[in-house]
Amino acid sequence: MSLRYPFSAISGQDELLLALLLTAVDPLIGGLLAFGDRGTGKSTAVRALAALLPEIRATTCAYHCDPDSASAQCDHCRKEATHKLRKMSIPVVDLPLGATEDRVLGSLNLERALSHGEKSFEPGLLAQANRGYLYVDEVNLLEDHIVDLLLDVAASGENVVEREGLSVRHPARIVLVGSGNPEEGELRPQLLDRFGLSVEVRTPTEVKTWVEIVKRRDAFERDPEGFTALWEKQEDQTRRRIVKARKHLNDVEVPDAILERAAALCINLKTDGLRGQLTLMRAARALAAYEGAKRVTDDHLKRMAAPSLRHRLRRNPLDETGSTTRIDRAVTEVFGA
Amino acid sequence: MSEAALACALLALDPEGLKGAILKGPADGFLVSLRHLSQRRTHRIPPHIGMDRLTGSIDVAATLKSGAPVHDRGLLAESDSLLLLTSAERLSSDKAALIAAAMDHGAAFTVIAHDEGIDDERVAPILAERVAFLLDLKGFEPLDIDITTARKLLPHVAINDRITEGLCQTALALGLSSIRPAVMALRAARAAAALDGRAEVDDDDAALAARLILAPRAVTYPAPPDEEPDQPAPQDAPEPGEEDGSPTPQELADRLLEAVKASLPPGLLAALEKNLRQPGSKAGAGAVSQKTGLRRGRPAGTRQGEPKNGARLALIDTLRAAAPWQPLRRRSNPSAKGVQVEKADFRIRRFKEKRETTAIFAVDASGSAALHRMAEAKGAIELLLADCYVRRDRTALIAFRGKQAEVLLPPTRSLQRAKKSLADLPGGGGTPLAAGIEQSMLVATQVRRAGGIPLVVFLTDGKANIARDGTADRAVALRDAEAAARALRLAGFRTLMIDLSDTRTGPAAKLAEAMGADYLPLPHADASRISASVNAAMKAGA
Repeated sequence: MSLRYPFSAISGQDELLLALLLTAVDPLIGGLLAFGDRGTGKSTAVRALAALLPEIRATTCAYHCDPDSASAQCDHCRKEATHKLRKMSIPVVDLPLGATEDRVLGSLNLERALSHGEKSFEPGLLAQANRGYLYVDEVNLLEDHIVDLLLDVAASGENVVEREGLSVRHPARIVLVGSGNPEEGELRPQLLDRFGLSVEVRTPTEVKTWVEIVKRRDAFERDPEGFTALWEKQEDQTRRRIVKARKHLNDVEVPDAILERAAALCINLKTDGLRGQLTLMRAARALAAYEGAKRVTDDHLKRMAAPSLRHRLRRNPLDETGSTTRIDRAVTEVFGA
Repeated sequence: MSEAALACALLALDPEGLKGAILKGPADGFLVSLRHLSQRRTHRIPPHIGMDRLTGSIDVAATLKSGAPVHDRGLLAESDSLLLLTSAERLSSDKAALIAAAMDHGAAFTVIAHDEGIDDERVAPILAERVAFLLDLKGFEPLDIDITTARKLLPHVAINDRITEGLCQTALALGLSSIRPAVMALRAARAAAALDGRAEVDDDDAALAARLILAPRAVTYPAPPDEEPDQPAPQDAPEPGEEDGSPTPQELADRLLEAVKASLPPGLLAALEKNLRQPGSKAGAGAVSQKTGLRRGRPAGTRQGEPKNGARLALIDTLRAAAPWQPLRRRSNPSAKGVQVEKADFRIRRFKEKRETTAIFAVDASGSAALHRMAEAKGAIELLLADCYVRRDRTALIAFRGKQAEVLLPPTRSLQRAKKSLADLPGGGGTPLAAGIEQSMLVATQVRRAGGIPLVVFLTDGKANIARDGTADRAVALRDAEAAARALRLAGFRTLMIDLSDTRTGPAAKLAEAMGADYLPLPHADASRISASVNAAMKAGA
């Protein structure tokens, strides 16, 4: 595997980068959807995140279970009193568009079945991505039944396989990141709602930004090692910040007044269900933790309103008013100008 | 020397940076030339290639034979080779995505996609986005050069900020939304300088890069300079020519745009002036509807076959097939343990797949129809679009007016695009009904070929007055239209005729009969009834 473009060196996509960082601070935010034009750095950003994430301790099983949380372990690890441990970086797994159900869920290990006559389970991409990220580029072109399956697993944190005489369940706590170009097909609304955050990625329109991006990209491609080394310090800084934020996440106070405002905002926007409000609260808290604040403020809430809610607005398919505009309006109404 | 030949040399010189090319037209000369210059092997990838040939997988037959797992290395693991995608426009989007992902991960192969498509089939945008060159090879002349010295020089070629900025400005002016082409243009400019034996990129290199890489991707056409002939030098621009007398980035960008304009084919200009978005989405979205029969859908029994290309092994059925032969096989091969399964025993699952419907709206936008009830028709289509959105059907929009029919929207699932092209629907002029029917048939055929079910909905008053050859002759026009309608019926497409005229006995009713369409006169149908009929037609077709 070649070197990846450093996360810190990505410019012009601040909202996307922040949203990604927040999912690293609090995986419970529940995934991220990045919609926008091609070639705007969506894939680059997600893949760059892999190199940035801090290391975790894991057992040596196929699902790299968390040794500190028995409830999130596979059957095998739960039975063992002591675990062999290893350090690994948080996995970021690519799900190719043409992946079959077998490849995603895992399936009968054909090799062993044929050559040894054994019935054994071959873990799929969901197992690989446990405790990390599963990235689907062009999620809007993915077949519906695979998307359903992914969202189901992402919500339950567990993968249950009942097929070909196999009966396996294993932990699959994944953060699902999807990206795509809405001009090529939209996601069903019921799926949109299942993603925690959503970001609209746009092409920068300033020459200055373009020049900066092109120059950096060019420098990276010509000398990946040198370029990566140049950014190592900043990557380290961000990494330390994530670790710190993860540690302090549960200490961040969420005042009742903030919860009320979040509720008012959701009511104003008529979002369906409670998922939006929960995500908004979590995202604002993660943001506060990331910025080293002790409690969530109006400012955190305001900044997270658009990414947490814009894909949950009930939409008249013939109404073209941008979701972001509607949210901005609601924010002004709820918080006062 | 043709530009395509130059592109070939540049690609051979910097395959890592330029990634590949999409070729249209006779490609043999280009390939021979590229192979010779780059000294790389070629692997052919036909569109029907198996997924497992790309990614590599376990070779079931060989594994059984040897008793130990035999792995098959995929083509995407190849390095330093040319991957030649033949008939690349037919490569399904999942395979294209696999190749694109491998490219993103720094795979060391060069992608040469030969686009042999006619009509508006095109190479998956996910690939077109990632390669530097989109070349038309008509009149390609191979060039006889040696690039060994240039190759040595390439790592030392410098490019100054002024040129980088100029290229970026050009990309922006051409309405490019992706940054990738700009990065590749930089690489191409550098390779061009190396090819010329210089260690510094100059303006001509940049112009070449802009012409080769940015121009074919232009989305908007920069305003022609002669529109403002008396305009003085822009006030906010810095003084031209700094100390060293070289032009500013702005001037350079202008010059690059000039170069780009000179290289744009005339037909493209017309299309750009209408500010059409590049219809790049077709290949991507369309291929999703492909049916494979072996991978998805509802189970529909098993059949003999090998579990590869994503086909799933039906284990129980395989064992059942192997069971009767066990005594025989044990006798002939007593040392083997367990159940002895052979290749011929394999059973794979089959699936029945629900096919996707595409509603093709052919709208009469002529003067006569516009006079009558264009607004009502638009309202009806809007309702239908909303229905299609809910059902996840795809829609396409064709308008005919004046002398010709035009595909305003290729099949898409994006409601916003459909709505927008409907709102922008021009009106007025003659009624070239024959052209409209033929165009609908073309699109319907494409949909069917991609594995979908087309439904053509005509909205017209049937008063054809432009013949197929463009002349205004009512009698001939009507005859042509009826001939086209019969052809549509023969092809077996499901059609629905919504009559915009006031009478039930007009030409539209006759046409409906000729094409075997369900007939629905608008005066007696409100928008919701039309919507109900289309829904019924779709259910019948599926």
